[in-house]
Amino acid sequence: MSSDTVFIAFQANDDTRPIIEAIEADNPEARVAHFPAMIKVDAPGRLVVRRESIEERLGRAYDLRELQINLVSLSGNIDESEDEFVLCWN
Amino acid sequence: MQIDIKTQAVTQLRQTFSHVARYLGNDKPASRYQEATYGLQAETNFHYRPLWQPELELYDKRRTQLVMKDWYVLRDPRQFYYGTYTITRARQQESMEKNIDFVERRGLLRNLAPAAVEALVLALVPLRHLEWGANTHNCHVTAYGWGTALTQATMFHTMDRLGLAQHLSRLGLLLDGNTGESLAQAKALWLNHPAWQGLRRVTEKMLVTQDCMEVFFAQNLVLDGLLYPLLQNHIEPHCAAEHGPAISLLMDFLPQWFDETSRWVDAVTKACVAESAANHDLVAGWLAQWGALVNDALEPYAGMVLGEKGPQAVKAVEAILEARVGKLGITLDRAVA
Repeated sequence: MSSDTVFIAFQANDDTRPIIEAIEADNPEARVAHFPAMIKVDAPGRLVVRRESIEERLGRAYDLRELQINLVSLSGNIDESEDEFVLCWN
Repeated sequence: MQIDIKTQAVTQLRQTFSHVARYLGNDKPASRYQEATYGLQAETNFHYRPLWQPELELYDKRRTQLVMKDWYVLRDPRQFYYGTYTITRARQQESMEKNIDFVERRGLLRNLAPAAVEALVLALVPLRHLEWGANTHNCHVTAYGWGTALTQATMFHTMDRLGLAQHLSRLGLLLDGNTGESLAQAKALWLNHPAWQGLRRVTEKMLVTQDCMEVFFAQNLVLDGLLYPLLQNHIEPHCAAEHGPAISLLMDFLPQWFDETSRWVDAVTKACVAESAANHDLVAGWLAQWGALVNDALEPYAGMVLGEKGPQAVKAVEAILEARVGKLGITLDRAVA
């Protein structure tokens, strides 16, 4: 995997499933790896988490800060707004 | 001796139950909502038909004219199963209790002038009977509808309606200082006052409507879709302007609950009418028929509370419902009324 890879890792549970699904849908290049109790998503260059995609799957309003509850780790520079949570290397 | 500690990852053979996997199309992790919904409707091993309706099975898709290939497409976007439903409602109830407590401690309603109390009882408290009707109608859908996706949501909805009726009762008790007088008064109004007879007629007509999906649309889409915007946009602001903002505090749950519930009703409606042209025409027909009834019922009610602004308010909420069903893919012109 190249050096500009970014990743985000979540606990594997019922809460994060729609988040992972949303990330997979929005980032076709992302690769999802399942570990015991953890799910890690690697993406070359850029990874975006979109609020709307999560809300679609969750069926309720979602605040992107809720990501932190189940977040294990991440790498990359963060650009965060109300609608998007973007990881990339500046 | 040297000991090597090895880790071994155990991968599970299956991600979910096979009947859920069949619905999802592959064996991927399913959400609790999916596992608590798919394939739970009892379908087989009924030896006897019900004595009260021997031409149909105990659970039968033919209790409505609406035809769906797969009733499980009528999913709830809120993804309520027992756990999420009770947690959500408990939280909302807590914030409502705070509001009620605030109003009670300061005697905001108790200390109103008798004329104001009377006006508020007249305008709002009889709605508890309408809510009880909505509870019973959704019980009907739950009992005679088909498919857990729909019937579990309608069951939760029955509880919602009881809760709303109780909020209205407590509003009455706050007005009459816990004597229960306002509740007796409200029942008399519901039974006798001319302005309430239209809404009572609609509620009672639904009680004798057999088709369970017709009842679903009549209550949850048409009646609620007209009455709630009227309460929210016209009646509540009017009452607050006339008799002080305490009433707004007690009706705070109303827009929140309605917005949330509408998303579910919209999703069910959209899936039903998208299924076939026949379904579309059927739903559009019910909409036209019940829309006219509810409209006739709302006019005297809105007129009684809002005075000369009544007809205008009813027109405004009609436009809201029309725009809403338009977005759901219903064209009212095609309806065979």
